[in-house]
Amino acid sequence: MNVAAADAEPRFASPAQVREGLRGVGYLADDGIAGVVYLGDRLGKPVLVEGPAGTGKTQLAKSVAEALGARLIRLQCYEGIDESKALYEWNYKKQLLRIQSQRVASSEHQVGEGWGDVEEDIFSEEFLLTRPLLEAIRATEPVVLLIDEVDRVEVETEALLLEVLSDYQVSIPELGTVKATQIPLVFLTSNNTRELSEALKRRCLFLHIDYPDVERERQIVLTRVPGISAALADQVVRIVRSIRALELKKAPSVSETLDWARTLLLLGISNVDADAATSTLHILLKYQSDIDKAAKELSATDAAPGAKAR
Amino acid sequence: MTQETVAPEAVTPETVPAETVPAETVPSAAPTSEAAGGGLLEVLSSFVTELRSAGIPVSLTENLDAVEALRHIPLEDREAFKYSLAATLVKNYAHWKAFETVFEVFFSQRGSRYRLKDDDDGSGAGDVIDDLLGSREGEGGASEAMTAEELAEMLLRALADGDDALLRAIARAAVTRYAGMEPGRPVGGSYYLYRTLRQLDLDAAMDQLMAGAGAEGERTELEERLEREEYQGRLAKLRAEVEAEIRRRLVADRGAVAVAKSLRKPLPEDIDFMHANRDELVALRRAIAPLTRKLAVRLARKRRAGRKGPLDFRSTVRHSLSYGGVPADPQFRHPRPSKPEIMVVADISGSVAAFARFTLQMVHAISSQFSRVRSFVFIDGIDEVTGYFQGTDDIGEAIHRINTEADVIWVDGHSDYGHALEVFWDRWGKEVNPKTTILVLGDARNNYHASQAWVLSELANKARHLYWLNPEPRSYWDTGDSIVGQYALYCDGAYECRNLKQLERFVEQLG
Repeated sequence: MNVAAADAEPRFASPAQVREGLRGVGYLADDGIAGVVYLGDRLGKPVLVEGPAGTGKTQLAKSVAEALGARLIRLQCYEGIDESKALYEWNYKKQLLRIQSQRVASSEHQVGEGWGDVEEDIFSEEFLLTRPLLEAIRATEPVVLLIDEVDRVEVETEALLLEVLSDYQVSIPELGTVKATQIPLVFLTSNNTRELSEALKRRCLFLHIDYPDVERERQIVLTRVPGISAALADQVVRIVRSIRALELKKAPSVSETLDWARTLLLLGISNVDADAATSTLHILLKYQSDIDKAAKELSATDAAPGAKAR
Repeated sequence: MTQETVAPEAVTPETVPAETVPAETVPSAAPTSEAAGGGLLEVLSSFVTELRSAGIPVSLTENLDAVEALRHIPLEDREAFKYSLAATLVKNYAHWKAFETVFEVFFSQRGSRYRLKDDDDGSGAGDVIDDLLGSREGEGGASEAMTAEELAEMLLRALADGDDALLRAIARAAVTRYAGMEPGRPVGGSYYLYRTLRQLDLDAAMDQLMAGAGAEGERTELEERLEREEYQGRLAKLRAEVEAEIRRRLVADRGAVAVAKSLRKPLPEDIDFMHANRDELVALRRAIAPLTRKLAVRLARKRRAGRKGPLDFRSTVRHSLSYGGVPADPQFRHPRPSKPEIMVVADISGSVAAFARFTLQMVHAISSQFSRVRSFVFIDGIDEVTGYFQGTDDIGEAIHRINTEADVIWVDGHSDYGHALEVFWDRWGKEVNPKTTILVLGDARNNYHASQAWVLSELANKARHLYWLNPEPRSYWDTGDSIVGQYALYCDGAYECRNLKQLERFVEQLG
């Protein structure tokens, strides 16, 4: 299945190198992320990234592209996406023009071109509009293909992706099969709004990105929010962890943590107390009921706090 | 060269997991295709077999991918080894826990070359660990280097500093000292775990930690809360270490396959509502939110997909006027799929409370797919609780209010379906109309009261559909005081609903 994978030049030498490369562009990967990206490259398999919103799934693909100096080709999925938006499309208007100019020319000079010539001509690459998937396949320079929110397409449309993902080729009836000259690094992201088909999952490596642990999140805050003090970053991530432990409709994501840290920095708050936390909670949480709940928890002055342990 | 050390010992099943662990047997060799052969391949195939028995679907291609992946990673890196197996074999995050358990059983034996000091990052705990190791190597308890008090003190220090290496060493020492493990003893791991943890007395340790931290100066409530969570995290880590150590010894005693079998747990979607323990209930609570979200999306899509109905002849002719009578623009009817009104009547007595909770939660979470959802709960009295769900977005709070405020006790607080149904008919019966779908949830264990099944027959006549959901396995129906058969007679369907999978399937066909 992965014939071409073996002779392709590997992009990374080891998981550690992936990690270093990503760190260089400001993305802090843990062992799992680095390892799976590395394997995706080595095995020539797409990586299916799943996890809660705002944990850096899309950012991972972007950062890998940046670290490799490759072009990022992005296919944003939505309900109702079809072949002509994902794979390729014939440039109908241009084809019409071609036929018409042919007609004009032949009436002037009285020499006609055969039907076969015209047909061959209008179904040539010149009239082909490449869409992201075909573009990634045909690219000669290094590319990273990102298929974003793949769970939004219908199950039937998923089948469109299968040929590209497993064999890295696209079959165009009029032209034949376009094979990849090099295997692009492919990332698919999913918010898990529906179960993806077995066929798709089988072709991919699976990577679940969860909320980072305190240590990693602190590092992320420190790298992504310039000027923040270590003490404040520490407080921020610990409060966020505390909030994530509550039963909420939507737990704060990493991007929201970063927003919150930036807000605190802008407000000139260097030490987060309960008041400061509750007054800026709307940055972290997006549902009123969640905000109320978290505010109540954080400013709770109950006499026996130990009662709530676990 | 590493191959030779692996292959001969990999013959007997007991030594296979112990000796083929990548962390020890392959010191630093470059991964070659031979490294993925022989003994490792054998372990891997029994590993995959165990995954399949645990309910994780692993296809043949995925199995091949895993082997292929192992050729590319440095085998001495245990984390990388784990993640490459996970990425290739497990494609659903809900299965991650099951995978992790099986992985820990199969690939966590420590070889003789393993030294705790390797993990020591120079935090000055090296000599302490040596002490602990001394007590470990003198297994049998004769030459214990430390007293129980010293161990407890060390535990406190490790927890206060968050020193992972020290915690691991303490976990080992504690298991040696307290668990009282003997080879061949037919006792489950949880027994040893309980014994060890009771001796370590983590609650007291927690109190001391909080007191110790408090002595340094005044803290706000918030700081105290954060502090406590930090320590709780460390305690959880310690507990995990103790568990791992016990598991490791069990594996050494009985072999990986047997231990994995005893540790096998149902996947979240297969957990039985009626027999879920506390941890499983937590897992269920976590699993239900994404499940309902998926369900809602699916139902909404189903509704949208069927938007084009048959040709609307009148409208097409009307539109053809602008094209000079040519019906160039065919018009279609828009079917309006009826949104059913749902009435949930749930038994919330002890045995079936969890089931009622999850069903109410699921139905309310997708209430946008129905024109209206009304909920009633009963034990022997019955009360409407719809209002509790409307005031708040928080299902947990609504459930809490139901349990504390709803008036569901009539006489003695033992289930009385007959009386509850009778009252339901008297008070709300006239509000049932042909658009209503009624769901009755319960095991129909009526404590030998009168069944009053006529109520259901009346309801079935008035309502559009009447379904009975029973959390008991079908083979238990109509045994003892269960009279579900009498009720099911009048229902459009009686379904067994023992786990999330079955519940989800039912709710989907409802929408």
